[in-house]
Amino acid sequence: MGVLSKKDLKLITDPLADNNPITIQVLGICSALAITAELKASIVMSIAVLFVMGLGNFTISLMRNIIPPKIRIIVQLIVVATLVIIVDLVLKAFAYELSKTLSVFVGLIITNCIIMGRFEAFALANGPIRSFIDGVGNALGYALILIIVGFFRELLGSGTLLGFKVLGNPIEKTGVYAYGYENNGFMLLAPMALITVGIIIWVQRSRNTDLIEDN
Amino acid sequence: MEHIELFFKSIFVDNMVFATFLGMCSYLAVSKKVSTAVGLGAAVIFVMAITVPLNWLLDQYILQEGALKWLGEEYADYDLSFLSFIMFIATIATMVQLVEIIVEKFAPALYNSLGIFLPLIAVNCAILGGSLFMQSREIASLDLAFNYGVSSGIGFFLAILAIAAIREKIRYSNVPAPLRGLGITFIITGLMAIGFMSFGGMLTGGDEEETTETVVAQVDVEKDAKDLANNAKEILE
Repeated sequence: MGVLSKKDLKLITDPLADNNPITIQVLGICSALAITAELKASIVMSIAVLFVMGLGNFTISLMRNIIPPKIRIIVQLIVVATLVIIVDLVLKAFAYELSKTLSVFVGLIITNCIIMGRFEAFALANGPIRSFIDGVGNALGYALILIIVGFFRELLGSGTLLGFKVLGNPIEKTGVYAYGYENNGFMLLAPMALITVGIIIWVQRSRNTDLIEDN
Repeated sequence: MEHIELFFKSIFVDNMVFATFLGMCSYLAVSKKVSTAVGLGAAVIFVMAITVPLNWLLDQYILQEGALKWLGEEYADYDLSFLSFIMFIATIATMVQLVEIIVEKFAPALYNSLGIFLPLIAVNCAILGGSLFMQSREIASLDLAFNYGVSSGIGFFLAILAIAAIREKIRYSNVPAPLRGLGITFIITGLMAIGFMSFGGMLTGGDEEETTETVVAQVDVEKDAKDLANNAKEILE
């Protein structure tokens, strides 16, 4: 890591664990839960957020001295909305099926609290390069949770990963299905996303007791 | 009838928080006390009642394919729907600002109770989500759009009120330390969402509005049915 100084590296590693945007900062929950029934959708969503956050943080940081503080929210929203339109059009052009699955949740990246939260907390006070790195770091932290949740929900819910039948074929009774294993269709339903994230928070906080809240 | 159906459907079946997970951020952040939760819930109803019909008008007369026909025949084949994100969010942000100014001037008491929540609302996913769902579900008329805005707001209000009441009580319970605060709130919300799923059967026979999740679940059911058929065959043989 010759290019990145130690301080910059911390901007990337912190959001991955002890300052994770979803489990600690409680930002960006909405989209994290709604689209994680399949691993593929989670990965695409993560990439979209990575793109929007990196570039958005960079742009806002460049403009931080010329934005009048009173209208900064509107300016931020316009910047994000522009980037999200780009993502949406690219998805529609190259992955039409997937963009149908994600439906309005691509649009909802605009109001994803992670993005606004990092603009307010970081990009308005730091230089463009550092802001870009911060954006990428937080997007990676977000991606990590999304992929973990998507992995378990798809594996336990439909017995596949990225569409491949890793547990065998449930109809022909091959693989683990030969021993009487059944898919837990409940994992595919919306409420299990919440409970899965709850369990991730539980595991994380019992490993690192500093993070425990007092109600 | 159409109105009553949409009203109950948006509150219970397609509840903003429990069915689509919109507005989760503020839902989790502002649900520690019942009084603040009521303030935010009321503000959401208020803003959604204004922005959803407004965005419906925008969508109908500017953004949709062929919507510019009223300007003249030569504009009839314009399709500006790719601009809808930016137009919707701009409308919401300006409306929130405007509402804040008006309420401050004419109803200071209401302003004091909503006060800090109004600016927060501009970035609440539930508000933008309401407008985007309004667009993707092709709500047919202005009064239906108004109805949809109000009833989705009430759905959010109900959800945040319920979780705030539960969180006030749970403070006296012995929750495992790592789950305290955020973790237990997530799990309770999950359980509440399961409870709300039971409303799903309330409106059968209406138009089938399938979210992606239910489509996946249906595919699964079909698989199960095939499984059963295969089993039956084996048994017969």
